[in-house]
Amino acid sequence: MNVIETKGLSKRYRSTWALRDFTMAIPAGHVAALVGPNGAGKTTLLNLVVGLAAPSVGTVTVLGGEPAGSPAALDDIAFVAQDAPLYKNLPVADMLRLTSYLNRRFDDGYARERLSELGIPLKRKAGKLSGGQQAQLALTLALARRPRLLVLDEPLANLDPLARHDFMATVLAAAAETGEGEVGGMSVVLSSHVLAELERVADYLILVSGGQVQVVGEVDGLLARHRVLTGPAGAADRIARRLPVVYVRRAGAQAHLLVRTSGPDEPVPPGWEAHPVSLEELVLSYLREPGAAALPGPARTQKAEPMEVTR
Amino acid sequence: MYSCSMDIDKEVRPADGRGGAEGAPPARSESPIEFRLDAGSGVPTYLQVVHQVEHALRLGYLKPGDQLPKVRDVVSSLAINPNTVLKAYKELETKGLALGRPGQGTFVQATLSQVTLPELATLRRSLLAWLGTADAAGLDEDGIVALFTSALRDFFERRGGQPGGRGTAGSQSEGVA
Repeated sequence: MNVIETKGLSKRYRSTWALRDFTMAIPAGHVAALVGPNGAGKTTLLNLVVGLAAPSVGTVTVLGGEPAGSPAALDDIAFVAQDAPLYKNLPVADMLRLTSYLNRRFDDGYARERLSELGIPLKRKAGKLSGGQQAQLALTLALARRPRLLVLDEPLANLDPLARHDFMATVLAAAAETGEGEVGGMSVVLSSHVLAELERVADYLILVSGGQVQVVGEVDGLLARHRVLTGPAGAADRIARRLPVVYVRRAGAQAHLLVRTSGPDEPVPPGWEAHPVSLEELVLSYLREPGAAALPGPARTQKAEPMEVTR
Repeated sequence: MYSCSMDIDKEVRPADGRGGAEGAPPARSESPIEFRLDAGSGVPTYLQVVHQVEHALRLGYLKPGDQLPKVRDVVSSLAINPNTVLKAYKELETKGLALGRPGQGTFVQATLSQVTLPELATLRRSLLAWLGTADAAGLDEDGIVALFTSALRDFFERRGGQPGGRGTAGSQSEGVA
């Protein structure tokens, strides 16, 4: 099952296309990271997924085919927008009550237990909590709805390192909660600028730039199908003609090429060294080279598809 | 700015919010070990977990029957993806070192400590004696490491990679964490 599937999805704000012909799928059971420069269309995409905006062209479905924004979809999706949206003048207890009245499903026991573990007092006004506590409160309200898909827009942006760690720990523990040895009760899609933490957190990557999908796939697979070749700068062009190169860094004598590869057994050109690539390096290289793309073949529903090269 | 009235600041619960009325402390992992991550090592996270279990087995922190940390506990203490932990545990199962029991957790199945503690002590003594000879001959630390490493490689190459003594399930594993 795909938790999100878009086909030719486009969104126009006046004369500007925020998303153009955006086609991709995210299978269930992942923590998926949506990455891209500011203005790439990440927030637009998330708003379309949760039904806060309607597509100009194309379709977006969630949780195995439900139209985004339909009542069936909304019951099973929880969304936390940027900057922990809360009624700042309401005490925490009233935020809980309000959220439980506004939703068909709300696990009040879970929410109270979680807040007590976090040391968040129920009587305090939401606006009086620290930034980290506000983020945790918004997250707790979302998780207490027991969603099958949790959507987070830049959840880490304004948090200090400890609060970031604790926030992600809560998200990931909730994703793991379905029981030992079986993940898949709740899928997560989050947009983030914090690249360094992504490698530990995300196992699925969607890289967006200029309103289009640039890279999509399971992180392990993407890393296995890329490597860095280091060798003499003079021979770089010859290599680049033979191999699918994503990005080149070149100095007087030495060059580093991020290339796509069929796997670790692919022979290394003589005189060159091959190194594995980190997720951060991969993302940065693609962001610097908006023309390069790594997308699965026409059947976008299954994982472990061979990658198709477009350049 | 909000002004806060007195009664809002006065909390019924103690400030840490944990109550304490329930008595028992929150149940921590029953496992004898806890994982840590080295973000700068360049080793994939799941392999770090695998290596740390193997290391704990070699040093006797873990014995057959012991429980590995629960996936949920690892995830919430390290803030890592649950699938990463599952992948590591699956790898340990493939190596025959651990076994998952549905609904209970993952448990140590085999050991990696190949010799008994007294045997280890004897071997260590003879190695120390050899180190003394090498030192007396004028080799420095790097020289000793280089000599030892190359001799080690020769030894195992000549034997064709077959474990000589009582090898266990993990003798083919990729080195120490």
